[in-house]
Amino acid sequence: MSVFDGLRFRKVYSPIHNLDPRIKFVYVISIFVVAILFSQIIPLMLLFLLQIPFVLLAKVSRQWLRSLRGASFLAALIFVINIATTFFTSGYRITPLNIEYAASLTLRFVVLVESFSVFFLTTSPDHLGLALEESRVPYEFAFAFTTAVRFVPVLAEEAQTIMDAQKARGLELEKGGLLKRIRNYVPVLIPLIVSAIRRSLELAEAMESRAWGATKKRTNLYALKLHRGDYALLAISVGIIAIAVYTHFFVSIPTITSLL
Amino acid sequence: MAIIETKNLTYTYPGASKPSILDVSFKVEKGEFVLITGPSGCGKTTLCRCFNGLVPHFYQGELKGEITVAGIDPLKHHTYEMAKHVGLVFQNPENQLFALSVEKDVAFGLENVGVPREEIRKKVDHAMNLTGIYDLRERSPHEISGGQQQRVAIASVLAMEPEIIVLDEPTSFLDPLSAEKIFEVINDLNKKQGITVILVEHRLDLTAKYTNHLIVMDEGKVRFEGPPREILSSDETRLIGVGIPKATLLYQMLKKDGLNLSATTPLSSEELADQILEAFKPND
Amino acid sequence: MIEAENVHFSYPNKVEALKGVSITIKDGEFVAIMGQNGAGKSTFVKHFNGLLKPIEGIVRADGIETTKTSVARLARNVGFVFQNPDHQLFSETVEEEISFALKNFGFEPKVIEERVTWALNLLSLTQYRKTSPFLLSGGERKRVALASVLAWDPKTLILDEPTIGQDHEQKEILRQFILQLQSQGKTVVIVTHDVEFVAESNPRVVLMKEGKIVADGVGKDILTDPALLEMSSIVLPQIAQLFTKLSPLGLPKNIIDIYEAKEIILKAKERKPLQ
Repeated sequence: MSVFDGLRFRKVYSPIHNLDPRIKFVYVISIFVVAILFSQIIPLMLLFLLQIPFVLLAKVSRQWLRSLRGASFLAALIFVINIATTFFTSGYRITPLNIEYAASLTLRFVVLVESFSVFFLTTSPDHLGLALEESRVPYEFAFAFTTAVRFVPVLAEEAQTIMDAQKARGLELEKGGLLKRIRNYVPVLIPLIVSAIRRSLELAEAMESRAWGATKKRTNLYALKLHRGDYALLAISVGIIAIAVYTHFFVSIPTITSLL
Repeated sequence: MAIIETKNLTYTYPGASKPSILDVSFKVEKGEFVLITGPSGCGKTTLCRCFNGLVPHFYQGELKGEITVAGIDPLKHHTYEMAKHVGLVFQNPENQLFALSVEKDVAFGLENVGVPREEIRKKVDHAMNLTGIYDLRERSPHEISGGQQQRVAIASVLAMEPEIIVLDEPTSFLDPLSAEKIFEVINDLNKKQGITVILVEHRLDLTAKYTNHLIVMDEGKVRFEGPPREILSSDETRLIGVGIPKATLLYQMLKKDGLNLSATTPLSSEELADQILEAFKPND
Repeated sequence: MIEAENVHFSYPNKVEALKGVSITIKDGEFVAIMGQNGAGKSTFVKHFNGLLKPIEGIVRADGIETTKTSVARLARNVGFVFQNPDHQLFSETVEEEISFALKNFGFEPKVIEERVTWALNLLSLTQYRKTSPFLLSGGERKRVALASVLAWDPKTLILDEPTIGQDHEQKEILRQFILQLQSQGKTVVIVTHDVEFVAESNPRVVLMKEGKIVADGVGKDILTDPALLEMSSIVLPQIAQLFTKLSPLGLPKNIIDIYEAKEIILKAKERKPLQ
């Protein structure tokens, strides 16, 4: 199933993958804050370009471009709506400044989406789960997350098996109008759900049998240690925010229109 | 002192019309390898869950009778306390592994109990070595075979260093070759590490040779208990629907037709082969 | 009749699962497809009802080429019972469950009613007609799944690992049932790694390894060939193991049946003087 292929993480090791997810998250938040801070196009373009070295270092360019393509539809929509609104509210005129402004709003959206995309593309579920465990998030949530990720490929295979089993009984998933097609999926969804429930019960039994809930002070086989790269990224994040705040208040940023 | 003792144990699942286990009484000594068998629905799975308190704590309902496991009454203790003394390995390998790497799964129980990191590391490595999965430690559970997954499940229970390990049909989903490997691992844990083992199985041809204490259940009750050789040669056992090893059946057939075989009932083809070869030797 | 000629198949993102397999299964045959996990057994049989289409080569079920036909059409003649009944069961009652396929295939309501009653009877499920399948035991659910496939009376029946999780008696009942189906002229194909079950049933055995068929023939001969079995990671059946150890007596090695074993041993003893 191609949809689930993307969720099945490919173990790619790069310096970016090895960074502590918590620090990466701080970095993403700082990008987030700066993107919100500025509505001029030049800083937003810089912010966008800033992601590229990370993408290249992490060797996830193909997937990143794919996610860009995914975001492009919404981005185009934002642009068009913006231009249209300006058009109709300022007397059926469009100035180059208007276009630039609409472009920067669109770019801001793209930067926000892409920074998160880079985060998820460069963080393995294991690593993310570990970061959740080590942070102040209650263990139940971290556990729910990693268990869910662990079972995604299992559920995907099961869904395929169930579809095969029902197809072998004459079920034709492709036939009929929209309503019929939705009804056709009932014999696939019910076994999937029932199976998921049975699985949860078995998992719960296994968890109980391995002392789940024995103490609130859970320990961990692994520990996330901060390395040089993490401190560097932290410094970069702080630096970005500092420069952004300073620029925002004390530097007047020209528009591209004015430069032309 | 028996490490497990039950007296008149009776349990009915909530909503069930009749008890799953009825008046079950037996004793298990420390270091024994106990084999429990019986047709589907005989209560062996329910019995397993009594040992660590899943019955009645997880399944609700009332457990009547007395039970002591490693000196503790499971009725009066939480399942997580029982987990330190008795480990339970289940049928389906896939649904016992929840972490994203093998060693994290093996560490799960120790993490839950709050063991310090260095100790977890040591115990996890030790458990993985005992079950032969050390090389798989960084793999994800979905990548490994069913037999390997089951060994991970055993390791994760072993890591908590329980006195008793209970395995409920651990090889149901495995092919015969993987099943044999699992039984060898379990036997080693019993004979070399001194862990008391309770194994629920149908495949008597592969497992009867490891035990001196066989329990046959039917319809919730213990029907036979004792050394496997006697029990497996009786007609009554066969009539319950238990899968008698072919070697044992053939032995009885040959003896009935006059072949001069020894008085000891064989449990495996090796034993029977030796007996047949002996019977064919010329009388000098 | 099932025919496969030089079938090649690969799953997306994976290595070649079938590397040129060919087989002819005639009507009324009982075939056991065996091999290690990953050998390609399930992949192969899924071609028989069109669930999978060959990338190279041809598969024909009763003369119809599977590449050009829908699964629904092929399923009319080739019934497939999956390993886990819970992957099929979804209806409110056993009756509805069994009528599902019949409705899909367009049977008349009167005929559906007859077939359901027949199938319930065949699998001893009549008292559960109005019961929810989810409330039944594991063994009973397996029977409901089987009944729901037999209901439309396919000429060929494929069973994927039918013995998993079954106790001795349930396997014996299944074995008898398969013999019964055979006597009715049905073609039965099972995918299994249960060597003992196959030894007791003595079907035609097709042994697979790494996407290829390495042996195809009489169960007795294949299941007692130690070299073959070791290559395919299959265990010798118990009786065969016994006879391997009895080699000093010069007895035949291709014995898998317990009654034949008894006869041979006793005859051999009679032939020896002064015992």
